[in-house]
Amino acid sequence: MNVLGKLSWDAIPFDQPIVMGASAVMGLAVLVVLSWVTLKGHWPYLWREWITSVDHKRIGVMYFLLALVMLLRGFSDAIMMRGQQAVAAGGAQGYLPPEHFDQIFSAHGTIMIFFVAMPLVIGLMNFVLPLQLGVRDVAFPTLNSVSFWLTASGVLLINISLVVGEFAKTGWVAYPPLSELQFSPGVGVDYYLWALQISGIGTLLTGINFVTTILKMRAPGMGYMRMPVFCWTSLAANLLIVAAFPVLTATFAMLLLDRYLGFHFFTVGGQGNPMMYVNLFWVWGHPEVYILILPVFGVFSEVIATFSGKPLFGYRSMVAATMAICVLSFLVWLHHFFTMGASADVNGFFGVMTMIIAVPTGVKIFNWLFTMWGGRIRFTVPVLWTIGFMVTFVIGGMTGVLMAVPPADFQLHNSLFLVAHFHNVIIGGTVFGAMAGYNYWFPKAFGFKLDERWGKASFWCWLVGFYIAFMPLYALGLMGMTRRMQHYDDLNWQPWLLVAAAGAVVILAGIVCQIIQLIVSIRNREQLRDASGDPWNGRTLEWSTASPPPAWNFAILPHVDGADAYWALKEGKPANQDQPARPRKYEPIEMPNNSATGFVTAFFAVVTGFALIWHIWWMVGLGLFGAFVTVLLFAFRNDEETEVQAEQIARFDRTHQLELVV
Amino acid sequence: MNLTVAVGEVDRPSLPSTSQAGPAPKRIVVAYGFWIFLLSDVVMFAALFAAYAVLATATSGGPTGAELFDQVSVGIETACLLASSYTCGLMSLAVGSRRRGATYLTAALTFALGAAFLVFELSEFTGMIARGATPQRSAFLSAFFTLVGCHGLHVSAGLIWLSVMMVQVAVKGFRPTVERRLQCLSLFWHALDIIWVGLFTVVYLMGVRP
Repeated sequence: MNVLGKLSWDAIPFDQPIVMGASAVMGLAVLVVLSWVTLKGHWPYLWREWITSVDHKRIGVMYFLLALVMLLRGFSDAIMMRGQQAVAAGGAQGYLPPEHFDQIFSAHGTIMIFFVAMPLVIGLMNFVLPLQLGVRDVAFPTLNSVSFWLTASGVLLINISLVVGEFAKTGWVAYPPLSELQFSPGVGVDYYLWALQISGIGTLLTGINFVTTILKMRAPGMGYMRMPVFCWTSLAANLLIVAAFPVLTATFAMLLLDRYLGFHFFTVGGQGNPMMYVNLFWVWGHPEVYILILPVFGVFSEVIATFSGKPLFGYRSMVAATMAICVLSFLVWLHHFFTMGASADVNGFFGVMTMIIAVPTGVKIFNWLFTMWGGRIRFTVPVLWTIGFMVTFVIGGMTGVLMAVPPADFQLHNSLFLVAHFHNVIIGGTVFGAMAGYNYWFPKAFGFKLDERWGKASFWCWLVGFYIAFMPLYALGLMGMTRRMQHYDDLNWQPWLLVAAAGAVVILAGIVCQIIQLIVSIRNREQLRDASGDPWNGRTLEWSTASPPPAWNFAILPHVDGADAYWALKEGKPANQDQPARPRKYEPIEMPNNSATGFVTAFFAVVTGFALIWHIWWMVGLGLFGAFVTVLLFAFRNDEETEVQAEQIARFDRTHQLELVV
Repeated sequence: MNLTVAVGEVDRPSLPSTSQAGPAPKRIVVAYGFWIFLLSDVVMFAALFAAYAVLATATSGGPTGAELFDQVSVGIETACLLASSYTCGLMSLAVGSRRRGATYLTAALTFALGAAFLVFELSEFTGMIARGATPQRSAFLSAFFTLVGCHGLHVSAGLIWLSVMMVQVAVKGFRPTVERRLQCLSLFWHALDIIWVGLFTVVYLMGVRP
């Protein structure tokens, strides 16, 4: 037995210049950042204020940053694929050999879903939820930090796979029998499985944390029907996390048992059942789609109400539609594989259910339109993203309903039409929504606004680029081009793919504009400064506190008397009639202490995951033991909270009140 | 006692709706969060149950459940686990009245019964493997070992947790954090019981039907 299991120098692909080049660039970037931090002496600050922080606002910002960095990685994969398909027509093979191309589309899908879209929405929820609910933190602050760092562990593992070994060549869904040991003997699928198992635990803990926060921690007076819509859609999304992610964990556990111990869940031999994997995967997978989209529906609701200067149209119908989607999302999974060969009745049922789920979504679109109607709309960057979403998402939704018809799906299944459809809803929905939320809440997080001009440039590049990149794929799908093709013979497809590649370049310009926007905004932060804490004339409680908010969020927990609590306060109808007459009475606040538990546990999770991937059994034991001891130490610590003195709170609050008057 | 009158006398508007009462106390928040975790755990078991139900007849020419399961042994095993839930309930009472000695005693009983359960389970597993009925033999046996083994792993985790909690009671006493953790532990233990009832029915009762 080798001490390092399957690991050897052969694992590093020295013979592949593209991989080695990308790894070198990535390694160099990491090295530059680390040495910069070391030289500037920022480590104590980073450790104290960010790495060990259990503050939901800090964790939210870290989630978002992680997602933006991974967006660059996922987008590099995308542009490589577009480049390959633009040139590999007829006899040409392009520049990517099949085994590398297969890893790229698998990594692209996995990264974009799990390590871009998920951290984007979880980051927004982390930052916004407690502020909107009018409370001081989430229900379990240290657990929140553990969740974040476990997600980061998954990210680290998937990036290690670029240099050490390989990634899965199975597509991001890793269907067996292809993903079984017999057909994928390398470590690629193991990287995929362990990265997602570890980050999946983090996501599940987030779901538990947020459901508890929303249902048990709200400001006095904030009944369910007074919660901002973003809280409602987040509640629905987190209920879906709690109900769906355990299925993914169990499914991956079965595949791991097949691969590591020779079990027969999904194998061809031993009467295993590969289609069971596909069913179980999508029992998680379809709710996952709504986990990604529901929170941003909330973002759009907040943005459109604020910038139209009106309460959201049809609040109750919005809540009802959200919860209807929450339930229905568990009844449509089979539409991902109508071609499995289930009976016409089964396909018919799932086809009809899929069409029905479009109805509550339609309700939401009309609610947003009616909110804008008669409003005094300010066309800021978040509103542009919202309007772009409404147009784009409706198109994506309609192509989805098209594919909900089983006979049509038999033609379109696994074609580029499908690829165009889900990019249409995920980019047009989740990404646009995350960008709207980023521009909308950035001033709350950092105390200054983002630059409008570069923000608008970024939006237009993304919007135009999206249409140029993905509309050709609809046509190609109808022409019969299937997804995941490394090269093709039909030269009639090539012009469309050249256009699509050009579209990807326009999107790249959008991403560059976003980076410039951030740099320009940081440089001009004094001009963009917002002292009031309420730069957009907002309606909900997060705008009632300072920007950036103090660690304790609210000096005194707000008292809520209706929906749009902060708006009511500004209208001169104080939430509590006798409140302003009374001087504000400050009391000391118990704040949770920083904890390294999340970071250290995640470190051992990476060790364990890496050791499992390479069959280094002694290291597996070491990693698990380390994680166990870390949790034990946490359980035995004595000082869990620190008291913030009333004078300190009062001083901060008075300064903020003064700034409000100025 | 005339309850209807008593209720009618309460001045309704003066009572704030429970959903408007403000943040719940820590004890409620922790237990509630743990309930949500248990629900997610039940969902994970649901996926394993579904896999077992699909693969229950996929014996691939190997032994079937009817040939393998010893209902007497499983019956005693089940009795151990159910009894441990009872002693775990007694432990909650002892914690509630702050009696250390009774807490240790009931915890020890719970531990012993849980460990006995695991011994029965392991001897069943080793017996099956000795007869060639390994999880690698057929899809049915893969699903069986995974479903039952996953429950067994949960019980093992519960035993470790129980031991750690007894050390915490000894070192830290009955302080609020320790009490909340004990509350969660007993929820966990009873949930494992409920899952076992489903497992016993689906695997060991339905599995031996002719």
